[in-house]
Order: sequence, then C-alpha cells, then structure tokens
Amino acid sequence: MMQTATLETIIEDTGVELLRRAATSLPKDVFAALEEIKKEAPTESALLQIENIVTDARIARESSRPMCQDTGIVSFILTIGDEFPLKSQLKDILRSATRRATKEVPLRPNTVDFFKGNSGDNVDPRGYIPFFYIDLAPGDELKITAMTKGGGSSNIAKLGMLKPGVGLEGALKFAIEAIADAGPKGCPPYRVGIGIGGGEDICMILAKKALLRPVGKRHDDPKIAKLEEATMDAMNKLPIGPMGVGSGKTVIDVNINLASRHPASLPVGVVFSCWALRHASAIITKDGTVSYVEY
Amino acid sequence: MAIYHLKLPLTGEDVKKLKVGDSIYVSGDVVTARDDAHKHALHLKEKGEPLPVDFSKLAIYHCGPIMRKNEETGEWEVVAAGPTTSSRMEIFQDKFIEAFGTRLIIGKGGMGPRTTVACANFGAVYAMFTGGAALLAADKVKRVKEVHWLDLLGMPECLWVLEVEDFGPLLIGIDSHGNNLFEANAKKTRDTLPQAYQIIEQVMEEQ
Repeated sequence: MMQTATLETIIEDTGVELLRRAATSLPKDVFAALEEIKKEAPTESALLQIENIVTDARIARESSRPMCQDTGIVSFILTIGDEFPLKSQLKDILRSATRRATKEVPLRPNTVDFFKGNSGDNVDPRGYIPFFYIDLAPGDELKITAMTKGGGSSNIAKLGMLKPGVGLEGALKFAIEAIADAGPKGCPPYRVGIGIGGGEDICMILAKKALLRPVGKRHDDPKIAKLEEATMDAMNKLPIGPMGVGSGKTVIDVNINLASRHPASLPVGVVFSCWALRHASAIITKDGTVSYVEY
Repeated sequence: MAIYHLKLPLTGEDVKKLKVGDSIYVSGDVVTARDDAHKHALHLKEKGEPLPVDFSKLAIYHCGPIMRKNEETGEWEVVAAGPTTSSRMEIFQDKFIEAFGTRLIIGKGGMGPRTTVACANFGAVYAMFTGGAALLAADKVKRVKEVHWLDLLGMPECLWVLEVEDFGPLLIGIDSHGNNLFEANAKKTRDTLPQAYQIIEQVMEEQ
C-alpha cells in the first residue's frame, strides 16, 4: 500500500512538472527552427514578428512563465508498460496534476461547460478533459507526454472526407487549401500535421500525433518523406509569413501519417500548431524513477 | 510605414493619420474583451442598462489573460497577456464600434469586411500585436486598474482594465480609409494557390 501511494504522488508531481515544462519551455527543436526562420526573414515586418516570437519563447524558458496566455486544452498521451503497477488510477492522478498545475504554473482555466460555466481548473466536469490517448507496451515503464494546444490553432483544423478518385494529390491540395484559408488566424509559423486514411476520427488523431515528431524528422517511408517536403515547399510558397505579414516562412515543418483507408473513403485530417508547439515527456519506472525527455 | 508613439484614447486626428502598415506604440488604458464580453456589452447597451466602463475612452484588446492575485497585497497581477484571434469578434465588432465609439481595436490575425466598413464609417483602426507573445505584452502592463464581470464570465472572458506603457509595436491592419492589410494578403494567398498546387502535381508525377 505504502509503495502504491508513493508512486501515485510521483506520477502526480511529474504530471504537474510536465505541464509546467510544456507551457513555459518551447521544445529546443522548435526553438531552433524559429531561429532559422528569423535568420532568413526577407522583410523588416517579417523579422519584427519572428523576433518577438523568439524573444517571448526565450523569456518564457528563462523566467518559467507561460509563453502564451492560452495554455490550451490539456491532453496526455500515455504508454503503459504491462508490468507498470498503476493503470486505471492514472486518469484520476493526472486530473489532480492538471488541477494543481492550473494553480502552480499557472495555466489559464480553459474548460468551459455550456451549462456549468468555466470549471476554473482545466478539468471537464463531464470527464473528457484532460483527454487521454492510451497505448500499451511491454516492460515496466510508464511514458507520459503532456500536450497543451491553444484554441487559435485548433480552430483552423480541417477534416475532409474526399472522394477516393482525387487521390493523394487531392488530399495534399486539401491541406494546402486549409492553410490558405487559415491565413494568420492560428499564429504562424505553423507546424502542420496531416493524417490521411483510416476514418474520420483516425485521420485527425494521426494528424495531431504527427505534430509530436521532432522538427525535420521525415517519415520512415521515403515516398511519404518526399511528400512531406513537397507539401512544406508548397505551403511556404503562400504569402502568409510570420503572423500574416505577407512575407517570410509560413510553416516550420509538415509531417504526414498515412493509414490504410476504406475503399469508399479518403479521409484527410489537417491539424495545425501555432509557433508555440507545446509538449513535454517523461518516463517513470515501476519503482518510481523519473527521467524527463530532453526538451 | 511610419512609427508613432501615441497616448490613449486616440484622438480623431490620430486615427485619420494612421495607415495600414504603420506601427504604433500606445500608452494609457486598454480593456480586454473577447467573444462573451462583446456579446454581453452589446446586450446591456440594447436594454439601456449601465456599463461598468466607458469603452469610448479605452482601447479594446482582444485578449484573455492569465491573471494571478498576489496573496500578500491582494492585487491582481498579469502573468501572460498576448492577443487572441480577432476574427471571432468580427460578428460583433462593427456594432460595438458604432455603439461605443471605440477608436482602437487591438488583436491578432486580422478582421473582415464588416469591421473594415465600421472603421471607415466611425473613425477607428485595428492593430495587431504579435500572437502568442504573451510575456512581451504582459511586461508592458504597468498596472491592473479594474476588473468587471469576473464571476459572470470567468478569467479569460471578463473585462480587465490595464494601464499600459509603450504597448507595441502594433501593426495597423485596418485603417480608417477602407484599407485592410490582412484581406489584401488573403487575396494574394488565394492567387498563389495554383503555384503551390503545381509543386504537389510535380512530385506526384515523379512518384
């Protein structure tokens, strides 16, 4: 009993720390990519915007304050080892972590129920937020990734249930049209995740999870890798630029996840992250050792 | 592309001289207002009920900040206060400008044709602060002066009256002469789509 209680506390503390890291420290690969975009800024107005972005991210990390006031909707991606002793309790432990992080980081209270109002603690009274993506794996470890995603970039996501006849080409054009429609509304430079195949829900999840790939890491399948690069080039042709000033780079990276599809369907999910792509991960062993993933 | 340092509230003359592409830094009082605050303010105005602030003397800031009450002093402090997506307020902003005579709207991401018309008709401008740059914005706030509707609307949606100093640079996106920088850029973006599609067509042919 003693041991279980201790492990619960460790997981809760780790959850709070992951939310703090996510909100305050832009992952290093994203930061480096933004600095590259700054170096290449072709105009004064693009440079000014990207400079503000890089400076804001730097101050946030140094002062451990949230880089953006919209600290988003919280989700946790859990990979639970067969031998890890806690399973069904994990949701409640991480709900507690979210409540604490809301006060301690602090995070902005972002869970608004139509009938009950803002819960004030980022936990949905109906149980859906934080949202949990759960996977199982061999071994005795628990991997937790905390992801907080702002509303501005969520509002520009697109789902397309296309006719299979338009093919991959049609799917990628759909993604390009989505970013043209979005313009500057979701705070570019964007990270873009595209999920193709599966069903209406699967493609969106694949798209969202694509955002977690390290910047510059191409898909293992060279054919898909080539499509990622081409789509990124195509998106960067559009005169949107940092915060929509009309020049400079619009996307940081594009990642595609491809699944098989129903013969009658061509689902395409397009998910954007604003420049403030926030996530943090840690691995906890069954004896309570925590190691944070370099971020 | 001129740069101006201006006192709030802006005068009619200030508004007239500003053009899209100019940058401004403003000092004075701004009030945060998002979807629900716009809706509620217009609702009260329609019913002839009193409002807690005079929107004609304040710049409207599309922002839902993170605020924290200092436990020792009992005073509110700004933790993070970047702009929110302005296009959501497009359905209210023209009526709002007309009803309250607001001269400066601050947000990000641009606004649409209804706001552009209202800015021209009633003498107002829309300006953008870098989206997400919440700490740069917070550090320009000198003092939290008032809060209204906190219990009613919650922290992100309520009215926070903030005294700011040299808040900027704010890029003028809509001026009072009918120009809209973001709409112009959106059109250029749509016109460039065929070129972007070509890149995809080419790579598909190679596969």
